Amino acid sequence: MRMEQFMRKKVVTVTADTTIQVAFALLKGNRIRHLPVMDGNRLVGIISDRDIRDALPSVLCSHSDDKMVMQKQVHEIMVTDVITAHPLEFLEDAAKTLYEHKVGSLPILENGQLVGIVTESDILYKMIELFGVHHASSHLEVEVDDRYGMLAEVSQVFRDAKVNVASVMMFPHTTEGKKNLIFRVTTMDTRIVTQMLQEKGFQVVDPIRGGQSL
Amino acid sequence: MSRQSRFIYSPDFTRYFFHKEHPFNQQRLILTHELMQSLALISPENVLSPRYATEEELLLIHDQQFIQTVRRQGMEETELPISASYGLGTEDVPIFRNMHEATSLIVGGTLVAVDEVMNARAHHVFNPAGGLHHAFRGRASGFCIYNDCSVAIAYIRKHWNARVLYIDTDAHHGDGVQWAFYDDPNVLTVSLHETGKYLFPGTGNVTERGDGQGYGYSINVPLDAFTEDDSFLEVYQSLIPRIARSFQPDIIVTQNGCDAHTYDPLTHLCCSMRIYQKIPRLAHTLAHELCEGRWVAVGGGGYDIWRVVPRAWTLLWSEMTDQPLTNRPLPEEWLSKWQNYSQVELPTYLFDGENQFPPIPRRKEISEKNRLILEKAALHMPQKI
Repeated sequence: MRMEQFMRKKVVTVTADTTIQVAFALLKGNRIRHLPVMDGNRLVGIISDRDIRDALPSVLCSHSDDKMVMQKQVHEIMVTDVITAHPLEFLEDAAKTLYEHKVGSLPILENGQLVGIVTESDILYKMIELFGVHHASSHLEVEVDDRYGMLAEVSQVFRDAKVNVASVMMFPHTTEGKKNLIFRVTTMDTRIVTQMLQEKGFQVVDPIRGGQSL
Repeated sequence: MSRQSRFIYSPDFTRYFFHKEHPFNQQRLILTHELMQSLALISPENVLSPRYATEEELLLIHDQQFIQTVRRQGMEETELPISASYGLGTEDVPIFRNMHEATSLIVGGTLVAVDEVMNARAHHVFNPAGGLHHAFRGRASGFCIYNDCSVAIAYIRKHWNARVLYIDTDAHHGDGVQWAFYDDPNVLTVSLHETGKYLFPGTGNVTERGDGQGYGYSINVPLDAFTEDDSFLEVYQSLIPRIARSFQPDIIVTQNGCDAHTYDPLTHLCCSMRIYQKIPRLAHTLAHELCEGRWVAVGGGGYDIWRVVPRAWTLLWSEMTDQPLTNRPLPEEWLSKWQNYSQVELPTYLFDGENQFPPIPRRKEISEKNRLILEKAALHMPQKI
């Protein structure tokens, strides 16, 4: 899935001379955590709710300075080396970028123009969708050797059993030389397909009963 | 014998029949009815015949095109190309002759039950053929073609504008009914089921709480695999009265799938026959406390048709008719007749033995986890009016 398919296209932005007070109100009012800072069409920086909190005095101190801080402009606290992404980048690339750079959002630039923003919540939500259940289905986990053709062999069994697959995931080796294929299959009765898989020599992972598989 | 209860029954219910290897087999109704007869729990005046639900009634829930496809498919021997997109002709819901009529009779049975109760001709009615809780508006799913529970609730809403508490203790999530009333604050659906981590249909997470006006009016308690009696009952008995008393329903509809039993081949719950006496007992008490007795019970899942379903639903009927049963041998005539047909050895007593099933090693952790889920489930339930 590419950024352009799920980025937020309506982006709340500020300019370098916006006061911290206004920026803070925008964050709270829109229930967001990041504001790209624009100079016309050019992205010049970004501020997050944490940058603003850092700028404010501690809640434990007297608040005599608050007014002075609130009237400062965002260019004084904004981050200028902004990490961005392109609309054609994949979801997984964006997830990795966020993770590696420990940032909370990625403004999306196309030809230098800001066209959207993707946040860590957006990405987490997409991941939840990916793992989630969208069709009434049962979970079936198969442990296979880590070599070519295994997915095809397992799929062949589903075809023979006339069982439709709603989603597939693959987890890298839990034990050396193995990997786990996780399917959601649209049947209520998994006994037959389980038996067919076992007859082909596949290990079907069952719910854990008292520390060991059934 | 209480004259206040009725049993919806017809041998024609067994026409809802996919094929002989299919786990959903309404022969269990004949077994149940005969067991109740040989225990002298039921007489002909308790029994009412079902009727066919009309198309107009099915339309309260289902899409016209879906109904048309079911009807047309039921007249064909081979699969229509369009059927697959309506969930028909799958492993779970294979096609069969007159599938529309067979399912309409089950739905109509539940509507007869509603009519009896809402028109005060009976306090409680049990339609053991009902409980097809997986069917969606426009799609058959999980052995269910039309959703008798949803149609019946919509029928209650339309004709009596009554508030409905739907309690689903089938081991599978009552997804079809939940989604049909997900945004309706006049229908509170509560489902206790095995977690969807492994089991069909996968939904029924504790965070599914309803939408819009109906937020808080869908309640889900996904129980851990291998949950046993004590933990199941602890959750059920602590949650249901709280929900019922704050919601103040006009009628209670219970779905009484009995596939949480340890013998059931499709699920991983490990309960015994004991819960099938306690579950209806509480529903019965609450129906009298809150709804002047109005209680419609339907069947549901139950795939050990020999050892589990007849005993479980006999216990339900005995509770409904104030004929409490203690443990006793099953009648010899019933056993000797049906043992000939059963591949498994029939149980000889009404209840399971005290130590018949080995305890689950992780019992403590499972009970603890279920308690945490219970707390989460209760978080956003409606407050007393």
